[in-house]
Amino acid sequence: MRSSILPFFPPADARMHEVCGAGAYAFAFMLSAQLGGPFMWVRETWETDQINPDGFADFVEPTDLTICHTKDQTTTLAVAEEALRSGAVALVVMSLNKPLGLNAGRRLQLAARDKKSTCLAIIPEGMGSNAAETRWRCNPVFDPELHLQDSTLQNWELIKNKSGTLGVWHVRWNKASRCLGMVSPASK
Amino acid sequence: MFDGTKRRVVSVWFPRLASDRVLRMSPVDGPFALTHNQKNANRLYCLNSTATEQGLQQGMPYADARAFCPALQSRVAEPALDQRFLKILRRWATRYCPWVGLEGQDGLVMDITGSAHLFGGEGRMLMDMRASLMRTGLSVKIGCADTRGAAWALAHYGEGVAAVGDTLAAIKSLPVAALRIEDKMSITLQRLGLRRIGDLAHAARAPLTRRFGPALLLRLDQALGTQAEEISPYCDPPHYAARISLPEPIGLVSDVMAGTERLLAQLCTKLKAQEMGARKLCLSLYRVDQDHQQVELRLARPLRDPHRILPLFERGLKEIDAGFGIDRLRLEATQIESLQAQQISHVADGRKDKLDDLISRLGTRIGLDNIRRLLPADSHIPEHSFIVAPAAYSDPAGNWVSMKPRPICLFPPEFITANGPRPPNRFRWRRMPLTTGRATGPERITPEWWLENENWRSGVRDYWFVETMQGPRLWLFYTPQNPGWYVQGEFA
Repeated sequence: MRSSILPFFPPADARMHEVCGAGAYAFAFMLSAQLGGPFMWVRETWETDQINPDGFADFVEPTDLTICHTKDQTTTLAVAEEALRSGAVALVVMSLNKPLGLNAGRRLQLAARDKKSTCLAIIPEGMGSNAAETRWRCNPVFDPELHLQDSTLQNWELIKNKSGTLGVWHVRWNKASRCLGMVSPASK
Repeated sequence: MFDGTKRRVVSVWFPRLASDRVLRMSPVDGPFALTHNQKNANRLYCLNSTATEQGLQQGMPYADARAFCPALQSRVAEPALDQRFLKILRRWATRYCPWVGLEGQDGLVMDITGSAHLFGGEGRMLMDMRASLMRTGLSVKIGCADTRGAAWALAHYGEGVAAVGDTLAAIKSLPVAALRIEDKMSITLQRLGLRRIGDLAHAARAPLTRRFGPALLLRLDQALGTQAEEISPYCDPPHYAARISLPEPIGLVSDVMAGTERLLAQLCTKLKAQEMGARKLCLSLYRVDQDHQQVELRLARPLRDPHRILPLFERGLKEIDAGFGIDRLRLEATQIESLQAQQISHVADGRKDKLDDLISRLGTRIGLDNIRRLLPADSHIPEHSFIVAPAAYSDPAGNWVSMKPRPICLFPPEFITANGPRPPNRFRWRRMPLTTGRATGPERITPEWWLENENWRSGVRDYWFVETMQGPRLWLFYTPQNPGWYVQGEFA
C-alpha cells in the first residue's frame, strides 16, 4: 500500500532537523531528493566513512553535491551557518559528533529560517539538541518480500516534533520514480 | 619613399648597456668588466671604456684579460636583468613618441614621425634624448634617418642624422656591415672590393643576388627605403594592480572597505578590458609605522564583478590590526584566468553564482581545497569509481549509472570472523550480532593489475549483498585467494 503524498515528509522546510540511527545517510539523501536543487554536506576531515556517488545516484544527482571538509565541529557549525545564510543551497547536511549547544542550535535555526534553507544534522543516538524542529530515528528493516535491488525498507520514528505529533512509519524508496512510498506496518 | 609619408626613425644603441647598468648602482674607478660563461669558458661579456682602452675585448677569456690587465675588476653578468632594464628604458622612451620597439638585445627603435615638433624639432629632440641618457650614466649612440635600416647603420657605425629624402648620401660611406648582414657575408663583400654601402648601391644587382641570395639586397633596399620594414612597438604585459595613498591614515573596517571598493572598481575595469577574471587577489595594507599586512582572497571562479568580490574581503579585513592607521592600500590580482564576455540570458538563474560565491567565502575560512565535489572515474574498483576534486577547480560532470547496486556509504574493509566461500549465517560486525536473511551474489571484482594498490594485495574479491534480519544491509566480500571475510559498505 503506497501513498504519493506523505503527511510527515518532507518535514517543515526552513528549519533545522536531526536524524540518528543506521539509516541516517539514506534519510539525508531522500530529504535532499524531495527538496531538490544543490545541497551541501559538511563533515570533519578525519571521518573514514565515505559517501559513495554510485550508491546515492539512485536518490539524487551527485553533481548537485558539494562536500566541505572541516577540521573540527566548531568549523562545521560555522560553515553550515554560512551556507544556510547564503541561500545558495536548498539543504545543508552536517554530521556532528558532539552535542550541540543551545546557542549554536538556535543560530542555525535562525539562519535556516532567514534564507529558507533546510538544515539536517546527523547526530549520534541520544545527543539531540533542544533547538531542533524534529528529530528522527531511522533504521533499515529486513524486507521479507524479495524486491531485487530495491530493498530500501526503512523504519522511521519521529521522536521529537515541536509542532505536531510523533509517529512511526515504514517507508520504501522507489528508485525509478525517485519518490518515497509508505508501507503499512501490517504488510510486514 | 614607399608610402609617401615622411617617416622618421630613430635608432638608439647602448653599446655598454650591461656594464653601465651595474656601474650606475656601484660605480668603480678603473677597468671594469662583466663576465659570463660562454662556450665553456668564463668570458668578458661587457666592458667599460677604460677596459677597452687597455686593449681588452668583448668575448675574450677572463683569465687572459686578467693577465693583460691585473687591475681589472669584474662581476657576473645577469642578462635577464639587462633585458628588464632595457624594457624600462623603452617605457621611458615613450615620452618622445608612442611607437617604441626593442632593437635586438641592446637597442631601441622609435618611429618619431610627427612627434619631433613637440620637442622643438628633430635636432633638439635628439639632443634632449642624449642628454637625459648621458645623465643617467649610459653611453649611447643615436642614429636618425628615414628608414629603420639607415637609422640602425648610423647608430652603430658613426652617429649622425640623415637628411630627409637623402638617405644614401648619409650612409654611403659606412662599411657594408652596417646593413645588418652576417659577418661572413660582409667579409666576402670586402674581399670582392665592395667595402662601402655606396659601392654596393651602385653595383649591378643581378650578380649580387646570384652570389649572396636575396637577403643582401633586401637589407640594402630596406636601408634605402625602397622596401618597407615595419617597427613593432613592444607592449608591456598588462599589470593587474591598483593602489591608493591616503592623506590621512584610516582605521575603521568600513573605511578600508570603501578604499578597497575604489581599487576594485579600477582593477575590474582593467580586467574587463582584457577579458580576464581574477582567481586570486591580494590586498596589501600599509600602516603608518611602515608595517604592512596582507589579505589574500582565492575565488572559486574567475571573477571581475566588483559587487561580488567586495563582500568576500569582509572576513579577511576584520582580522587586520590597523595599529596607528593605514595610509596606503594596494590591490593586486596575483592569479588571473581568461574570462570571456558572456551573453546574459534571462533563463539563467542566479543560484550557480550564489553557490560560487558561497564556495569562495567558505574557502577563506576552511581553504578552497577542502571544498570538493565528486566526479566519475572509469574503474571497477569501488573506492576508485569516483574522484574527489576541489570544487573551485572542476566543473560538475558525470553520468552516474551503476549496473549493479552499490552501497551509499563506503568504509575501509572491516574484518569479520567467518569461513567458507558462502556468506556466514551468523556474524558479528561492530559488536552487533547479525543474522543473514538473504544474500545476493557473488559479484567478482578483480584488482587492476596495471596499478599498484596496497589494499588489493589479497587478490580477487567476491562481493555479496547481505540483508540481515536485524536491518543493516551490508556489502561483504570474500577473498578466495587469501581466505577472509570483510565488510566494506552499507546500503540504504
